[in-house]
Amino acid sequence: MAYSIKVLDHYENPRNVGSFSKEEPGVATGMVGAPACGDVMKLQIKVGRNGVIEDAKFKTYGCGSAIASSSLVTEWVKGKTIDQALDIKNTQIAEELALPPVKIHCSILAEDAIKAAIADYKKKHGEQAVTG
Amino acid sequence: MNFTADHFALFDLPRVFRLDSGLLEQRYRDLQAQVHPDRHAAGSDSDRRLSLQWATRVNEAAQTLKSPLSRAQYLLRLAAHDLGNGAPQPLPTDFLIEQMEWREAVAEARAAGDHHELEHLRHRLRHDIDQRYAEVAELLDDRHDYPQAADRVQRLMFIEKLVDEIDDGLAACDP
Repeated sequence: MAYSIKVLDHYENPRNVGSFSKEEPGVATGMVGAPACGDVMKLQIKVGRNGVIEDAKFKTYGCGSAIASSSLVTEWVKGKTIDQALDIKNTQIAEELALPPVKIHCSILAEDAIKAAIADYKKKHGEQAVTG
Repeated sequence: MNFTADHFALFDLPRVFRLDSGLLEQRYRDLQAQVHPDRHAAGSDSDRRLSLQWATRVNEAAQTLKSPLSRAQYLLRLAAHDLGNGAPQPLPTDFLIEQMEWREAVAEARAAGDHHELEHLRHRLRHDIDQRYAEVAELLDDRHDYPQAADRVQRLMFIEKLVDEIDDGLAACDP
């Protein structure tokens, strides 16, 4: 299958690959997986005291589209409040990367990962930190 | 032969996970011999078309039943517990973390071309997989607990992917 230029760019030069220490303040982790393709995705956010996502990192084992989707999302969430980050939709990811229909689930996985990371953040910091 | 029969009925086998693989192979060969397009080469157009459709049907059925993972998925589908593409049940984080660690270990061994480490990982995984399939057999055949079986099968989908990754790595190591 032919990958779009944007997918190839993220696949060959993935942004923000790696991990934060879980002990670092403001760090939250989202872990998701897609059984159908065996993909596993870890997405971490580092949230400042004002509720703004300062940094994000990911690690994905999966196809090029899954790697590109998570790479793109780490770029998008930086500078957003966690509420703004929750508004990121898989359709936006799929559109930006020009994903074919059979790869839409990769963008869904990336949306799930950011949602899981924010849920982890809220669990750790309580709801009062949400309205930043 | 009934075209709409399920794969088990096609081979006249009981609808169970603990399938007699020798019997499946034998029935598959018998059926394949009957429907093989070569045997219908002298027939009419519709004969030949039909035999090709049958041969495809028989092949697909055999492939589905031979692999334990696809056999389990098929049994779940027959029991109306289709796994589909969407996640029926979110997987627990500890399982996903464990999978991530496995994938990291495999990726490292592959990058280093470490044949021994890959063999070692595969050996460890083999034991784990055997236990998991034994559990799936119990859930499907004895307890008929399809929701639990679906959860276990979902996990096995990740683990089989891991085995593929290891095998790819081993194939790349071979001179």
